[in-house]
Amino acid sequence: MKKIINDPATVVVDALRGMALAHADLLEVRYDPAVVLRADAPVSRKVAVISGGGSGHEPLHGGFVGRGMLDAACPGAVFTSPTPDQVAAAVAHTDGGAGALLIVKNYTGDVLNFETAAELAAAEGVDVRTVVIDDDVAVKDSLYTAGRRGVGGTVLLEKIVGAAAERGVDLDGCEALARRVVGQVRSMGLALTACTVPHAGEPSFTLADDEMELGIGIHGEPGRRRVAVGSADDMVRALLDPILEDLPLAEGDRVLLFTNSMGGTPLIELYLAHGIAERLLVERGVVVERRLVGPYITSLEMQGMSLTLLKLDDEMIELWDAPVHTAALRWGV
Amino acid sequence: MDCTAESVAGAMRTVAAVVVEHREELNRLDREIGDGDHGENLARGLRALESKLDEVPSSPGGVLRLAATTLISTVGGAAGPLYGTAFLRAATSVGDVASVDGTAVAAALRAALGGGGARGKAALGDKTMVDALTPAVAAAESVAVTGGGVAEVLSAAADAAELGADSTVPMVARKGRASYLGERSAGHLDPGARSTALLLRTLAGRAR
Repeated sequence: MKKIINDPATVVVDALRGMALAHADLLEVRYDPAVVLRADAPVSRKVAVISGGGSGHEPLHGGFVGRGMLDAACPGAVFTSPTPDQVAAAVAHTDGGAGALLIVKNYTGDVLNFETAAELAAAEGVDVRTVVIDDDVAVKDSLYTAGRRGVGGTVLLEKIVGAAAERGVDLDGCEALARRVVGQVRSMGLALTACTVPHAGEPSFTLADDEMELGIGIHGEPGRRRVAVGSADDMVRALLDPILEDLPLAEGDRVLLFTNSMGGTPLIELYLAHGIAERLLVERGVVVERRLVGPYITSLEMQGMSLTLLKLDDEMIELWDAPVHTAALRWGV
Repeated sequence: MDCTAESVAGAMRTVAAVVVEHREELNRLDREIGDGDHGENLARGLRALESKLDEVPSSPGGVLRLAATTLISTVGGAAGPLYGTAFLRAATSVGDVASVDGTAVAAALRAALGGGGARGKAALGDKTMVDALTPAVAAAESVAVTGGGVAEVLSAAADAAELGADSTVPMVARKGRASYLGERSAGHLDPGARSTALLLRTLAGRAR
């Protein structure tokens, strides 16, 4: 394992210290328990939008803390959900009297810890709602699995709901909007290489030079199927087809296409893949109305990518375009 | 022999040492069907508990409660709330008495199973810690009704938990991250079931 770290046990806190220095104008980091807060928190009479999860997916979630997006992020250990006391602290630091919306990716640990935290916060008298995002079409949603995972759609959800909260939409409105986004967003990913969790010291799985893992999650957990590596066209089709099977789009429907790098795939390949995806969508008569391309929800240094499609309506487009001022997303400011 | 706050605290210190020792094994099991951090997370939580035990609470229930709150706030992942809730329910079951006997230990294990199982919504056969804890509770109860002491109850629970953990190998996971693998999860020992068996074996060893 070669990584720019001093000690696997302190990698998250060490990274947070650097992040706090790099973005002192946007955010403030508190430790014990660790939370990343927007610099002007709490914002009076605004719904607090809070998310969190294991570290190792940067810029998610801390990179999305700031005006127009998240009020707080709770970073867990690498690939490990945050603990309830972190989430409860985030609620306490950001509650401006309008309640808090917790955005939770659908993983067993995340759901359990956020559920426990919501109970703690409710006991303190804060109106807390939880929205679980499960956009990964790779996982069969059945009684026999933990359900679909939350992946790329999380970034879009945080942006859109964050914008609504910034405009003064109340907790009921933010919650309803969040559920609408969750219902209309789907993702699928693939990995060309595994990643190495610092404290594990070795790759989470092995892939031969001519293999890729289709339906990869974002925690280094294997996907559902191992297949031969094909051309970029084949790879993009392998991601897009299952999404379109699950999110039926009519001709003329408008979408946001999010082409994401798992961390190790360079932009040159990502733009190449994005071009293919956009062409395939246009061929089907789908209107690509907005785009996001880059490493926004990663899996450490894993090579690979994911595609996310969000079916848009006028309100979502307006909220997507609204100003955002965070470390990782910044426009309109 | 009944156990006091001091002996429960001592047992939890030993559990911490044993889990730290088996950290790599648990990580490896978790890498096969999960994300490879089960040993790391449990070790971190138990180390935190160890340092808090410099001041031992006044009752066995108090020690269990301290274990619960510490694990919930330091472990993360699924294991934190699951083990935390299990310890919390065990603490409630034990109450504030100064020492506990075999019957109370069996009842605490039953409560722990109810807590962890309810939070994780897992059933027998889902390839989780429930597959180790369920037979352990049954074994503990059958020894307790015949007047078995703490050592006998825990020893029976540990034996049954180890068998239960082994039984997870052919199972297809229906809960947690391993469930994403579908059929590919078969052929692997569940790390949560393994840590449950390890914990009970350690407690049984201390009680002897």
